[in-house]
Amino acid sequence: MADKLHFSLVAPEREVFSGDVDRVDAPGAEGDIGVLAGHAPFMTALREGVVVVHDGSASRTFEIHGGFADVNAQGLTILAEHAVER
Amino acid sequence: MASLKDMRVRISSVKATQKITKAMQMVAAAKLRRSQDAAQNARPYASRMAAVIANLAAGVSGDGAPRLLAGTGSDKRHLIVVAAADRGLAGGFSSSIVRAARDRIAALLAEGKDVKIITVGKKALPPLRRLYGDRIIQSFDLSAERTLTLSVAKPIADHIISLYEAGDVDVVTLFFSRFKSVVSQTPVGQQLIPAQVQGAPVTDLQGATYEYEPSEEAILETLLPRNITVQVLSALLENMAGFYASQMTAMDNATRNAGDMIKGLTVQYNRTRQAQITKELIEIISGAEAL
Repeated sequence: MADKLHFSLVAPEREVFSGDVDRVDAPGAEGDIGVLAGHAPFMTALREGVVVVHDGSASRTFEIHGGFADVNAQGLTILAEHAVER
Repeated sequence: MASLKDMRVRISSVKATQKITKAMQMVAAAKLRRSQDAAQNARPYASRMAAVIANLAAGVSGDGAPRLLAGTGSDKRHLIVVAAADRGLAGGFSSSIVRAARDRIAALLAEGKDVKIITVGKKALPPLRRLYGDRIIQSFDLSAERTLTLSVAKPIADHIISLYEAGDVDVVTLFFSRFKSVVSQTPVGQQLIPAQVQGAPVTDLQGATYEYEPSEEAILETLLPRNITVQVLSALLENMAGFYASQMTAMDNATRNAGDMIKGLTVQYNRTRQAQITKELIEIISGAEAL
């Protein structure tokens, strides 16, 4: 099994999701992005849209609005103004 | 000397007050727990935001830096945003914030700076209006807001940013009360503009460099205003928690004081009653002896 990606989705009111997952799909400002473990450091603004978190066969979907993604060696962090699980 | 009836009335009135303060204390305790959670839940977002900005700011410097980060190059005109409570009966909560802000304002004025003031919360306005009425340019009243969300903080932040963009102010400082614990809240002044970069970027990139989409500058442009909104929101949330903690303590003291007062009054009441009975007995006995 490959390394896991540490992902946290943070809204101003609370931390919506935090944990180790396989892959995260996010709506980047200049095109959708998929982030796996060991991604190169990367920062992007996010469009309004859905973030899909894949872990094994399970997946969770969050709707976000006004977001921002930061990928670094520690993992992926999405800061969203609004984030709701669908 | 007060009659027995007067004293009974007095005791029951103090008892009624004690019931009210006791109820207020319990309500404040319940709300404290909720607002404390809210303040704590907001911290990850604010701290991540600060970390991201620190990362970005390290890369962007010199002429390319946005004005919200670099400042206007002057520190002549200050904007002081004072966030206090909307309600009273919380001991010295609001007045300690106002006092801290007032000290800063006085110091700035003494240095010959120009100072403008924005108040947030009903209790911040009256004491400042008395001293610096002509300097207050806007006051926000949040007493109608039931829960503090980003949409509450946004108009305040937008107003601050628009003043800055218009070139009316150079430095913006936000005064609020930092919630340390239930017994300790300290009023602090936090500089919003130019943005304070907290510490060096901590992220170890392991030799790689960041890629940005769109450019670093564009990301900073959108991130910095958002960061101000978040800072305002977290200040409001900390204030909220501090307010209830302070109210709880104040009401606890009031309940205890009322208890002491009831005890004192009851002792006095019983003594007076006893004295009256004794007096009546003496009258009866001496009347019987005279026969």
